[in-house]
This record gives sequence, C-alpha cells and structure tokens, in this order.
Amino acid sequence: MIQVEFLGPIGHSDMQVEASSLEQLSTILKQNPIVAPWLDKSAVAINDEMVLRVDTPLKDGDRVSILPPVCGG
Amino acid sequence: MEIYDGSLDVKMIFGKWLDEESHSNYGAFIPFVGTIRDEEGIDGLSFDIYEPILQKWFDGWVVKAKTQGAIVKMAHSRGDVAVHTSSYISAVFSPKRRIALELIDEFVEDFKANAPIWKYDLKNGKRIYAQDRSTPMMGAGVLG
Repeated sequence: MIQVEFLGPIGHSDMQVEASSLEQLSTILKQNPIVAPWLDKSAVAINDEMVLRVDTPLKDGDRVSILPPVCGG
Repeated sequence: MEIYDGSLDVKMIFGKWLDEESHSNYGAFIPFVGTIRDEEGIDGLSFDIYEPILQKWFDGWVVKAKTQGAIVKMAHSRGDVAVHTSSYISAVFSPKRRIALELIDEFVEDFKANAPIWKYDLKNGKRIYAQDRSTPMMGAGVLG
C-alpha cells in the first residue's frame, strides 16, 4: 500500500492506493476529478526525495507527495 | 533555516544572525528582506510550508555556499502575515562581497522557483491560492 499526500492548495485528504510504479499511480490519480487538474503542473516526491521519472518504482509503505506550483517569499 | 508562525521579527532575527557570526571573520553580510505590499486590496498573505523538502533544499544551498567559503541563512513565515510586515528574509555571509552578492541573487531566485511553499492572498476574509504568481517546481508534470 502506498500513501499519497496532496500538499498546499490541492485540498484533498491523504489516499491509500495499491501501485507499483508512478505510472500506475498516475493512472489512478487521473480518475480523481479533484486531483487530476493538478497533475500536469505538480512535482512529485517519494519519501521526501524529488523524483523526475514516471517509471520510478514504488514499494509497499512508500509515501508519495504531490507538490503543486510554489511561491515562497 | 528558521520557520516562524506569523510575521517575522526582522530586527531580532538579523541581530541574532549577526551575533552568531560576529567572530567568524566574514567581510560581507548581504541581507534580503521580503515585505508584503499593500496592493490589490489584500489584508495580507498566508503560507503553507512542507518542511522536510524545504530543509533538504536549504541543506543543498548550505553545501553549495560552503564550497565558496560562504554561509546562507533564511527565515520564513508560516500562516498569516499582514501587509507591511515581512514573511521572508535571507542572508549570505562571505569573506568578500562579490561572492555574497552573487550568491544572494542565485539563492533568492532558486528559492522562488523550488522551495515548497504555497502562498495565499488574504482578502475579504478568504484565503485564495496565488495561482497566477506560482511556479511549477523542477520536474513538475511527471504524473500528468
């Protein structure tokens, strides 16, 4: 089981999903009408490490963070 | 790196940083202060922060600055911050001014682009995500 958390303004509570790669997770999240519009502009971290490739594998217990566009300062 | 609830006490924090480095033999201290302007009818701004990744981002800058004999410091607000007060300050200390001037520019620009902080306008009692001023982080769209 993977835990997915949606940071900042996305406004969705954490989800628990079964997925073995980011590719699979993408397919699942694209079916969620609240989350889907954020995906093409959000960055992704696994266990607080930023990831750049959709073929990154996931393992049981991983925590995936979805980070929408930022504006500090 | 320091996170405070609400507006920053700029004088206190800069005073503390100067005291911390008073005997470090740095010849240059270049501060940056971000102050919230009264514009577009806002009462202030509000911030969400994801601290674990912010800390890693900042730690990367500590290492980068160290290679040039410099150090970076920053403080940021969490939650609501009123207009005419500060939500972000940073500084570079270095042996000579040129490195500090260049580093503070790079550091603040990278901060704006890649620090995991989300900004909201406080207007008419509402908290509105500043979408048009926000920037996708490096690698954004991997799930899109």
